[in-house]
Amino acid sequence: MKEKSYLPGTHPDLPPPTSEVGVIGWARKNLFATPADTIFTLLALYVLYSIVPSFMQWAFIDAVYVAENREACWKMMETPGGAACWAFTSIRLNQLLYGFYPETEIWRINLSFVLLFVALAPVLIDRLPFRKQLFIFTGLYPFLAGWLIFGWFALPPVASQDIGGLALTLIIGITGIAFSLPIGILLALGRTSNLPVIKILSVLFIEFIRGVPLIALLFIASTMLNYFMPPGTTFDLLVRVLIMVTLFASAYMAEVIRGGIAGIPKGQIEAASAAGLSYWKTMYLIVMPQVLKISIPGIVNTFIGLFKDTTLVLIIGMFDLLGMGKAALTNLNWAGLHREMYLFVAVAFFFCCYGMSLYSGYLERKLDTENKFQKK
Amino acid sequence: MATKAKKKTETGESVIRIEGMHKWFGNFHALKDIDLEVFQGEKIVICGPSGSGKSTLIRCINRLEEHQQGIINVHGTNLTNDLKDIETIRSDVGMVFQSFNLFPHLTILENCVLAPIWVRKMPRKEAEEIAMNLLERVKIPEQALKYPGQLSGGQQQRVAIARALCMRPKIMLFDEPTSALDPEMIKEVLDTMIELAQDGMTMLVVTHEMGFARKVANRVIFMDEGEIIEENDPETFFNKPQNDRTKLFLSQILNH
Repeated sequence: MKEKSYLPGTHPDLPPPTSEVGVIGWARKNLFATPADTIFTLLALYVLYSIVPSFMQWAFIDAVYVAENREACWKMMETPGGAACWAFTSIRLNQLLYGFYPETEIWRINLSFVLLFVALAPVLIDRLPFRKQLFIFTGLYPFLAGWLIFGWFALPPVASQDIGGLALTLIIGITGIAFSLPIGILLALGRTSNLPVIKILSVLFIEFIRGVPLIALLFIASTMLNYFMPPGTTFDLLVRVLIMVTLFASAYMAEVIRGGIAGIPKGQIEAASAAGLSYWKTMYLIVMPQVLKISIPGIVNTFIGLFKDTTLVLIIGMFDLLGMGKAALTNLNWAGLHREMYLFVAVAFFFCCYGMSLYSGYLERKLDTENKFQKK
Repeated sequence: MATKAKKKTETGESVIRIEGMHKWFGNFHALKDIDLEVFQGEKIVICGPSGSGKSTLIRCINRLEEHQQGIINVHGTNLTNDLKDIETIRSDVGMVFQSFNLFPHLTILENCVLAPIWVRKMPRKEAEEIAMNLLERVKIPEQALKYPGQLSGGQQQRVAIARALCMRPKIMLFDEPTSALDPEMIKEVLDTMIELAQDGMTMLVVTHEMGFARKVANRVIFMDEGEIIEENDPETFFNKPQNDRTKLFLSQILNH
């Protein structure tokens, strides 16, 4: 038997072997561990090599950024259409961002966008000075934003069909996100309730909304909803769409939350009840904080889905970011720039959605109290 | 046949009175005609094979389970469907569970002050003082700002005891408090419970720790198949058990 280098009970903690650490250790372990790994690594490198440089060439290096229109763009290139023409991003920027919102009033949208971050700050950051006071502002924000965007007292009104582009996308997306979570929580609690009437109503609502395509709901919103209302009441189309999108997302949200509720051990609720906490306090203090934490991936998934679904309003004649992009392509000045336009729209959506995804990752790590011990 | 011990002439008044209580889970008759009276300051140990209804019995006392027939009276209040009554009784009756059931998203201190603040409407500062005192009593004040997941099982169960005590309960229910613990941690929890018993707390303890029963119990209750089979002082219960089922149970649990 080989002689031990240390007496029993005196073995010190040693650093891991060098092949396990550093760049070379990492590459050996993750990229070249087996012959198959090596082949895949080389193959992936080749694919990247053949795609990335030519894309860079097309999108950035040979691209034209400033021109009057597509004609002018293409004249500046060696082969017309051989590289990207980004000129529309500056010339049609206002339309892509705001639709047909009156140019002199655009500050109102910008202001409400800036104020959005003030309203979001207390929600997203928990160690903020004056957090309580800011929460009051958060509660008032929807009314403030509605007033700024649509105009009323002291502000000239703007027709909702003039709102478009990224602003419309954000209005629908953010409204849906902000209201679908609380409504979804209530629906999920309703569906898990012991009270039969509440339970049945929740189940019916969730199953109906989930069982109907969003497009159908949007058509209902644009054509039928006014028939259901008392005569004489008319809702603005945008408001109707906001309601439908919110309800649609709420139904999905409810199921995500219900999954989270099912994941909470019964003992948690028993311990809370045994201490004398009422149902609502138990839900608010014990169940929901844990449910929301474990449901973050599902919640953000629903948020992202909702945000992208806003493009469907195109079908009922509203022009969100994608709609404005398509509209620009029908203009003779810019026809033929499909690749650039759709890429532009895709990148804009990607940044919004990836931003949500990044924040959710941060939140998950922050709220992970169970494994804090191991990480320190 | 249930051989019932003569009611001990305790100095305290009756705090729990159960009369002719039945409980069903669906068609399963879980508790059958239970009569039990508990006096102020008494320590009662309930034992019996698994599925005998002992946990169900103490869970009925704070309405974690609903009984279908008979009377359960805690501190002069009958348990009915009245939510206010239930919440009042629950806030006066502390409970410790087999699986601790600490709230994982809150620190130890927050676990302790939650109910006093939200149920008793106690100012946070006062609640924290009480909580720190109790955490000191269960000998883990230094863990106050950690999360439950960072503590050992024994420590978590002691926190659970402190958390229940923060509500200043008049009665404490223990539902197999040491069954989920490693052997070396059982002692620290039992020591805490013995200390609590010596301070005069009224306690109902479901447990298989017969050493604990011998040491602190005023009465030991043996249950089987939903019935109270035997009820006696520990001396008689362990040395001269009356019922055959009790004898069998004791021989199984003590001789290994």
